[in-house]
Amino acid sequence: MTKASAAIVGSGNIGTDLMYKLLRSEAIEPRWMIGVDPDSPGLKRAQEHGLITSAGGADWLLAQDERPDIVFEATSAYVHKVNAPKYEALGIQAVDLTPAALGPAVVPAVNLGAHLDAPNVSLITCGGQATIPMVYAVSRVTEVAYAEIVASVASPSAGPGTRANIDEFTKTTSRGIETIGGAERGKAIIILNPAEPPMLMQDTVFCSIPVDADRDAIAASIRDVVASVASYVPGYRLRAEPQFDDPTPVSGGLARVAVFLEVEGAGDFLPPYSGNLDIMTAAATKVGEGFAQRIVSGRVPS
Amino acid sequence: MSFSADLDIRVTDSSLRDGSHAKQHQFTVEHVRSIVGALDDAGVPVIEVTHGDGLGGSSFNYGFSHTPEQELIKAAVQTAKRAKIAFLMLPGLGVQDDIREAAGNGASVCRIATHCTEADISVQHFGLARDLGLETVGFLMMAHSQPPEVLAKQARIMADAGCQCVYVVDSAGALIMEQTSDRISALVAELGPDAQVGFHGHENLGLGVANSVLAVRAGALQIDGSTRRFGAGAGNTPVEAFAAVAEKLGIRTGIDTLKIIDAAEDVVRPIMDGECLLDRLSLTMGYAGVYSSFLKHADRQARKYGVSGAEILIEAGRRKLVGGQEDQLIEIAVALAGKREEA
Repeated sequence: MTKASAAIVGSGNIGTDLMYKLLRSEAIEPRWMIGVDPDSPGLKRAQEHGLITSAGGADWLLAQDERPDIVFEATSAYVHKVNAPKYEALGIQAVDLTPAALGPAVVPAVNLGAHLDAPNVSLITCGGQATIPMVYAVSRVTEVAYAEIVASVASPSAGPGTRANIDEFTKTTSRGIETIGGAERGKAIIILNPAEPPMLMQDTVFCSIPVDADRDAIAASIRDVVASVASYVPGYRLRAEPQFDDPTPVSGGLARVAVFLEVEGAGDFLPPYSGNLDIMTAAATKVGEGFAQRIVSGRVPS
Repeated sequence: MSFSADLDIRVTDSSLRDGSHAKQHQFTVEHVRSIVGALDDAGVPVIEVTHGDGLGGSSFNYGFSHTPEQELIKAAVQTAKRAKIAFLMLPGLGVQDDIREAAGNGASVCRIATHCTEADISVQHFGLARDLGLETVGFLMMAHSQPPEVLAKQARIMADAGCQCVYVVDSAGALIMEQTSDRISALVAELGPDAQVGFHGHENLGLGVANSVLAVRAGALQIDGSTRRFGAGAGNTPVEAFAAVAEKLGIRTGIDTLKIIDAAEDVVRPIMDGECLLDRLSLTMGYAGVYSSFLKHADRQARKYGVSGAEILIEAGRRKLVGGQEDQLIEIAVALAGKREEA
């Protein structure tokens, strides 16, 4: 047995897209798909792909004789807060795709290695997964007193949860820009655009930089980190070269670099314009694979 | 139906909010005291004061404020003797804590804006504003981009969330005459007694006053303008002209026409960096249906990259950008500059 076993809890669009990614993984075997609605199309799809399915929720899963090594939770913040202590009590590592933010926040390109033994990790927000790597790319080269991100998302890919709690997105993402991105102060803005055909997810990252910062080194660092994110999110790319500006009155007297990103989804289950959802399931897969390697290598040979 | 026993309609002046775009967000406390003093004296019943992009708008993307907007709101509240002070906020940019702070500083009208298909992101903010005892107004921005029946459904979402007046907001200054009144009528029919209907016009096709009159005839009870057009794009419906027209038509606004004409000339104009003009760029915005606040940004990027500002705006229209996507104008300018080098 060279793979770690996994359950997906939450059989909606995100859980289903994640299943397709995990089915391709060399480190993880997705064995269970758990929902709460027996008529959920996600459960039917999972069954067709040979997963064990149940509409009995996490409690059903945890009552079985055999339990997963890893749980991916794609339900809601509320449900995850109820489930997380149960996973931890049984020693199951949890990758949290909800905004619950219980465990340490992880962006694979930046700090995955630091939390491989955490019982629970949070994936922050889609905007955070897309933009925090760029803040990190700049802050590892020069001081970033302030970073600001603008995430533009196609309306049909913003679900009711995001819409009802849009402040949660801006606050959680701002915090991640500071704690993981390395900016002293962070700000996040999200825009929903209803254009038809739907636009790809587009993100702009502004970082303040010292006036005399080494701009070539910043640009090179940005390109490096883009490549590292693209290794697990193939549709992640720059839309233009990084743009530098000298200080002006409207820039608050700050020099800055602006990074223009686009995230095209892999189209596993969700449409390609939903880059915001794809980057979450791709990051979850990457984190889960990090967990899996550690779990498998820790097994006593029999 | 009238707004109140004294007023047929209520006017909100947005010089100190939409005008913030034209001023590139460099308002000072002195500017606010002067303008609020003059408008209040002329009988303008509501004066909006915020960064042009609403609470929390001070940023790289929209331009940093010279003076924190909450300080400006405080100064406005201290100065106004009769007028209510309003503020704007856009969910996704501002947060609920910003609303609490503005309320704490004495503002009493909370105006919450979303793109006109995305009203459901405002529900938690309307709930909070009502809990705080604020009067609420909802903005359906870029209203030209959707037909009346779509707008009416979105208005219903805001009204159900606690919004007391839903505005048809012609952010691009692109609505033409009956296109305005058809939208107002659809909202009036949908909302009935549940909420009022308002209209916010821009001058990009030169129709701010005319559209506002049609809106009133279709049942709008609240109208926005900016004294001396001090606003985004070619500017907003000029309050002094609208007050004069309303008086001639027998529509009671409570505004003293001669006093607001003087305020426009003697107080507001000297604070403006220049007149808001119906020139090539702003007319292009009305023509291509582009968010008025993009004007100064497009102009700045056009200069930096040596490309045409009008081409930037036309591409913004082609991409169907919505309010808030100022960042994209930079990327458009970079792409246009790249194309020029290839040629």
